[in-house]
Amino acid sequence: MSVLIYAESAEGKLKKVALEIASYAKKVAESLGTTVTAVTVNAGDVSELGKYGVDKVLKVSNDKLNTFNAKAYADVIKQAAQKEGAKVVILSSSTDSSYAAPIVAVGLEAGFASNVVALPESTSPFVVKRNAFSNKAFNQTELTTEVKVIAVAKNSFGLSEASGAAVAEDFTPTLNDADFGLVVENVDKVSGKVTIADADIVVSGGRGLKGPENWKMLEDLADVLGAALACSKPVSDLGWRSHEEHVGQTGKPVASNLYIAVGISGAIQHIAGVNSSKVKVAINTDPEAPFFKVADYGIVGDAFQVVPQLVEKLKEFKAQNS
Amino acid sequence: MKILVCISHVPDTTSKINFANGDTEFDTNGVQFVINPNDEYALTRAIWFKEKQGATVTVVNVGGVDTEPTLRKALAIGADEAIRVNANPTDGMFVAKQLAEVVKNGGYDLVLAGKESLDYNGGMVPGMIAAFLGYDFINSCEGLEIEGTSVKGIRQIDGGKETISGKLPIVIGGQKGLVEEKDLRIPNMRGIMSARTKALTVLEPVDAVVATKAVKFEKPAAKSACKMVSPDNLDELINLLHNEAKVI
Repeated sequence: MSVLIYAESAEGKLKKVALEIASYAKKVAESLGTTVTAVTVNAGDVSELGKYGVDKVLKVSNDKLNTFNAKAYADVIKQAAQKEGAKVVILSSSTDSSYAAPIVAVGLEAGFASNVVALPESTSPFVVKRNAFSNKAFNQTELTTEVKVIAVAKNSFGLSEASGAAVAEDFTPTLNDADFGLVVENVDKVSGKVTIADADIVVSGGRGLKGPENWKMLEDLADVLGAALACSKPVSDLGWRSHEEHVGQTGKPVASNLYIAVGISGAIQHIAGVNSSKVKVAINTDPEAPFFKVADYGIVGDAFQVVPQLVEKLKEFKAQNS
Repeated sequence: MKILVCISHVPDTTSKINFANGDTEFDTNGVQFVINPNDEYALTRAIWFKEKQGATVTVVNVGGVDTEPTLRKALAIGADEAIRVNANPTDGMFVAKQLAEVVKNGGYDLVLAGKESLDYNGGMVPGMIAAFLGYDFINSCEGLEIEGTSVKGIRQIDGGKETISGKLPIVIGGQKGLVEEKDLRIPNMRGIMSARTKALTVLEPVDAVVATKAVKFEKPAAKSACKMVSPDNLDELINLLHNEAKVI
């Protein structure tokens, strides 16, 4: 009756979120007096999972699973949970895991809670705290079914190392043709660039930047920080930047360590989408901009002067500290 | 093509969120309710299919009688008929089971829903409908074309997008990109008038497991005041980010 996690990988390498949910699962398993099993799909070396508390790894290797397929992956996770008799199944909140999790829950007749931000308040009854109302509130949810599926919000728990090693074994779930009704024709992915979902730092621009031609300085700022670029809703609606960069309540959520908002006044919808970031910096000419109410650090000033200077100073700082 | 669009009735995105009854339920006092934005993108795409390719569009909601104005708005925008499943939508799995039942009985080819609602943010209903019915499912869908029974969808992935092909029947978890912001419609007078006479059928729920319950709500703790740094002293900002916040 171990705790099962789905440990995501990309191109054969475990993702950071996999280690994060392993750390989380270890604590849950301790309070339940059980062990942690991870299931991986086409991951290469999985020994790192042992360092974060995983006792056993079920390794699935199957060429048909080279591109992510929610139905098939959900089937894999379900069968792994059944094999282990898992009562708690834990996934991350990545795009792929969020896609598969509801299907896993139906397959296991399990209650599902997403966006979980902390360890369970109690395990009997099983109650978790989750983000709701687009980060404007938290909600304690009780899962009343025998099996529970939860998805842990990004960056809400962190990594914690444990001593131990994971025992890996091959696992061959039974997949059927109905799992492969959808075909991925084409993947269009920016390579070599850090994504908003994975970024530790996000640099975001708003209408205060006056036009798309002024984005170079934000790109420079993102470059020096190794950050992902984002923008506010008006900027994407005006077509200054692609809507892939739109963050906020109706755009992508941001849960980075550092979020720098440049020329973004801070509409309630924008703040809702980025408020899970740990540290927020606002740069704005208007001292009354609502973003200053939620920011940790603020600069009232002209972005056209502040940002280029900040880029230069950060370059010096990086040169000294690397 | 028969299209079903699942509509959530949610607080307007500008609403202040408060709780009542010892923080056990959402306080609807003074709150304006709207069609969940992700659902509105889906609805607008459905109406595009209706106008350009020929389709009937039914909207459905699981909720009390207070959600009917939201369904009427969807009718005013251009949906043909509405269904309300008369139940309190407390758990995503319960809601998905009700909606799956509506799909099965209505023989819909295309089921569109927003990928998540902006109130509970469960993000589970579309995937669960698909799982209950054994249908294929595309989540985080930001582009959708249908040709006969062939489906081509664009799914947002971390760092990009992918193109997926499949067949009807299918469930789509939609978001912005299905249509653009400028394509969203404000109901006009004719739409509002005709919405009054369109059918709104009320169905009683089927038995289903309630797998989760919201026990309590809380608001984030008030945060400490923003530390202001002079624009002439950016070294101080770097120092704070490095030594105090430890994020660079």
